[in-house]
Amino acid sequence: MWLDLASFALTALGLFFFVAGTAGLLRFPDTFSRLHALTKADNLGLGCVALGVALQAGHWTDVLKLVLIWALALLAAGTVAQLVARAALAEPRARKGEGERP
Amino acid sequence: MTGAAALMLDLLLVVLVAFAGWAALAGRGVFRAVVFFIAYGLLVALGWVRLGAVNVALAEAAIGAGLTGVLLLATVGRLERAGAARDVPLMRGAAAWVPALAGLAVTGALVWAWFALPLPESPGPQLAEALPRSGVENPVTAVLLNFRSWDTLLEAIVLLAALLGVWMLGRDGDWTAPLGLRQHVREGGVMAGFGRVLPPLGLLVGVWLLWAGADAPGGAFQGGTVLAAVIVVALMAGVAAPPGVDALPLRVALVLGPGVFLGAGLVLAALGAGFLTLPEAQAKAVIVAVETALTLSIAVTLAGLVLGPPTAPNGAAARTPDGARP
Repeated sequence: MWLDLASFALTALGLFFFVAGTAGLLRFPDTFSRLHALTKADNLGLGCVALGVALQAGHWTDVLKLVLIWALALLAAGTVAQLVARAALAEPRARKGEGERP
Repeated sequence: MTGAAALMLDLLLVVLVAFAGWAALAGRGVFRAVVFFIAYGLLVALGWVRLGAVNVALAEAAIGAGLTGVLLLATVGRLERAGAARDVPLMRGAAAWVPALAGLAVTGALVWAWFALPLPESPGPQLAEALPRSGVENPVTAVLLNFRSWDTLLEAIVLLAALLGVWMLGRDGDWTAPLGLRQHVREGGVMAGFGRVLPPLGLLVGVWLLWAGADAPGGAFQGGTVLAAVIVVALMAGVAAPPGVDALPLRVALVLGPGVFLGAGLVLAALGAGFLTLPEAQAKAVIVAVETALTLSIAVTLAGLVLGPPTAPNGAAARTPDGARP
């Protein structure tokens, strides 16, 4: 019962971060602030959802898989954010948010 | 999941798939179309999971969305570097009607076929009866590598032919140059670190997918695609240099899969079992050998498709992934 409530609370919190991150991605003016918004969704949002789902896992290997998914998503998101930011530094058009593509 | 919640999820998925498909077709700009195409592939993969077809979902996510998406993005990048990129305006008037009507006709034919054709006979009893003799427990692998291995052999050869087609696009003078555009990586930068962390993990996942394919969702194509991504990441990070088309290890890796497959078929035919007819006792060993060789070939072939034709270093330099200037 308490486990279910904790799962609901954590996944809800995770979804809130995803919504906030999406809103930031759509509304923020330039590449760097958009990246900042996205990291919230990937790190905190996915982390909270994974934690909430892990509380419902039937076996410890399921928990391990969830941790691996979160860690890989974190690694990929962090790397891609750095690469996109550097590409934006090299190309001023993308920095001001004028260009719709990188 | 309760019935109502599952229905809600499925309906949402249907709406999202239709929206992503429409956005890929109707949006302005090639880059945006490609991004929506990738999102469409991932949503379709979720749909396959909901239908219980995990093997198809894996293939759709890895090949349909992942690999095809990367190929399309690479094409957009090359077009931009060549100065040939232009955003095609949305078709209007009579020109738009032809593809719209053609699409409607295909949809109509499919709907008609859905109602007109008899329901396919469930493979349940026959497959369950034949499966123990196939050498593997995953029915999809049993069909792909045993009952209908002809199709898989031809697919492997088609893949190789596609890579040869890509190589034909290179300039004559560049033939002996390394494959693909030059990658420039900042020493000790983010990309260089990523290229060292991800490949070992990817290798583990790829080999596990291949091994698990015998009795769980997975197999040569899914595992091979993951390994192809490992190769591409390692090359992008400068961990290794791309080979030229005349490198012997590359050529061996490319033909190993189709070669072992064909060889196994011929040996079985010579032994009197018939071409690619797997005797029950040896089925498992033959399938594992063929799938292992096939995984390596698929990985190298798909990576080769992403890299592109051989290109001389003095040609248009690759856009550097982490901002380092060549």
